[in-house]
Amino acid sequence: MSATTFRPARHGLTLGGYLICMRGVLWREALRFIHQRGRFLAALVRPLVWLVIFAAGWREVLGVSIMPPYHTYILYSTYVVPGLLAMIQFFYGMQSSLSMVYDREMGNMRVLLVSPFPRWFLLVSRLIASTVISVIQCYAFLVLAWLWGVDLPENGWITVLPALLLGGFMLGAMGMVLSSLIRQLENFAGVMNFVIFPLFFASSALYPLWQVQQSSPVLYQACLLNPFTYVVELIRFSFYSTFDPTAIAVVIACTIVFTAAAILAYDPARGLLARRPGAAA
Amino acid sequence: MDGPGVAALSAATRSLAGAGTRPEPAAATPLAAAVPAALSVAGVSHSYGERRALDNVSLSVPRGGFAALLGLNGAGKTTLFSLITRLFDTRHGRIAVQGFDISRRPSAALAELGVVFQARTLDLDITVGDNLLYHAALHGLGRKPARARVAEVLEDVGLSDRIRDKARQLSGGQMRRIEIARALVHEPSVLALDEPTVGLDVASKATIVEQVRTLSRTRGVAVLWATHLLDEIEPADHVVVLHHGRVLASGGMSEIVAATGAAELRSAFRALTGDAPPAPEAEEAGA
Repeated sequence: MSATTFRPARHGLTLGGYLICMRGVLWREALRFIHQRGRFLAALVRPLVWLVIFAAGWREVLGVSIMPPYHTYILYSTYVVPGLLAMIQFFYGMQSSLSMVYDREMGNMRVLLVSPFPRWFLLVSRLIASTVISVIQCYAFLVLAWLWGVDLPENGWITVLPALLLGGFMLGAMGMVLSSLIRQLENFAGVMNFVIFPLFFASSALYPLWQVQQSSPVLYQACLLNPFTYVVELIRFSFYSTFDPTAIAVVIACTIVFTAAAILAYDPARGLLARRPGAAA
Repeated sequence: MDGPGVAALSAATRSLAGAGTRPEPAAATPLAAAVPAALSVAGVSHSYGERRALDNVSLSVPRGGFAALLGLNGAGKTTLFSLITRLFDTRHGRIAVQGFDISRRPSAALAELGVVFQARTLDLDITVGDNLLYHAALHGLGRKPARARVAEVLEDVGLSDRIRDKARQLSGGQMRRIEIARALVHEPSVLALDEPTVGLDVASKATIVEQVRTLSRTRGVAVLWATHLLDEIEPADHVVVLHHGRVLASGGMSEIVAATGAAELRSAFRALTGDAPPAPEAEEAGA
C-alpha cells in the first residue's frame, strides 16, 4: 500500500498548485532547451548570417537618412538588430508550435492536457515558457552582436526586455494557433512557405518602411497590415527607450486575439481538434 | 445490435453494472446504487463529422474493480479514452470519475484519473525521474513530496534503479511500466490504460498485466483496461465488448460466455461480433 498520502488538486486547485504547475511547464521547456543545444546554436546562426554577411554588404544602404527612434544616421547593422531579435522570437515561436504538432502526433501533448488545471492556464504556461527561452536566445544574440562591434545603446539592454517578453508571447500565441490548424508534421513546410516567410519579409525587419513605400506602395500597405512589423518596431523603439503607442497597442491587441484563438482551438468543447479522429493523439 | 446470441446475452447482463445496449445509467443497477462507481460512462455517443465512432456507450467500473474493455482495432476504444480524459468534449451522454462529471467538474475528475495512452508519451530526451516529476508538477504536487512519491511508484513497478536514465535508454516494456508509474504519481482513484501491451514481447506483457492487477488489489485503484487480446482477461474480470462503437455485451466473463452458448471467450466474442479476435501469436508476429 501507499506509504505516503498526497492528494494534489483533490480538494480544489490552490494558488500554490497553480505556481507549481507553471514552474513544472517552465522547467520542462528549460530541460528541452538544454538537451537541444544544436537547435539553440542553429537559431543563432540565422540572424548572425544576416548581421555578419548581409549587413557588411549593405553597410551604407540607409545613407544619411534619419528616422525615429534614431537621432542620427545609422549603419545597416545597427538598423537590422531589432529586426533580427524579432526574427529569433518569430522562428522560436514557430519551432515551439512545431514541437506542439510533434507532441500531438507523438502523444506527449496528452500528458499536458490531462492535467487537472484549466486548459487556458496550461497553454498560457507553455507560452510563458517558450517566451522565456526566446528571450534568453535574444540576449545571447545581443552579446554576439556587441562583440561584433554593433553600436548598441547601454540602456537598451534593459528597456528592450518588456518588448521582448510581449513580442515573444504574441508570436508564440500565433504559432500555437497555427499548430492547432496543422494536422500533420509534414504540413509545417507549407506553413513556413506561405505564412512565416511572407510575414517576415513583408515587414520592417530588414528594410525601413519608407524605402518599401518608395519602391512598392502595395507592399508598403501589406507591411502596415502585418502584425510582425509592429513587434519589430516595438523592439526597435524600446531599445532606444522610446515609446511607440501604435506598436504597443497593436501588439497587445494581437496578443489577446491570438491567445484567445489558441485557447479556443485547444478547447475540447469548441475547438477544432475534437472534429477529427486522432487529432489529439 | 448485431450478431447471434445477443438478445439472450442482453437479458443476462442487464442486471450488471454497465449494461450497454440501452442507455441505462449505472446508477440504475442495485450494485451501483449502493456503491457509486469509480468510473461511470452513461449513454455516450461521439461522431467525427458524419461517421459515428461511439453509439450510446455505457459502462462502469466499481471502486477497486478491474474492467476489460474488449474490442478490435477501430471499435472506438481510443475515442472513448479521449472522452474519458476530456481531450474531446462529451456532447452526448455523461462521464463521471469518482462521481465528478468530466464536463462540469473537469479539474476534480482529472485529479482522480491516471491515464496510460496507447501511444508512447514519455519525453525521451529527459530522465525517467524528470518525466515523473513533470507529471507531478502538472498535478500541483510540490517538489519534495513529488520526489518521495516518484521513488514510491518506481519501486512499485520495479524500476527504481532507472530513475536517472534517459527515457530513450529504456526498452518498450520498461517505458510502459514507467508510464504506469507516472499515471499513479498523483494517487488516482481510477487508472485507465489504452492497449498498454501493444507491441511488447510476451514477458513484458505478462509483467505489466501482473503489476497492474497487483496495484489494483493493493491500492484499491479501479482499472479500465482496453485491449483486443483475450489472453489478458481473467475469469473474474468484468468484460465490456465494444464493436463498431457499440457495447454488445457487458458482464462477467463466464456470464458472457454462457449467454452466447459458446465454450470460451474467443468463441463468444466471434458469436457477438462476427469477427475473430487476433490470436496472441498473430499479435506477436504483427508487433
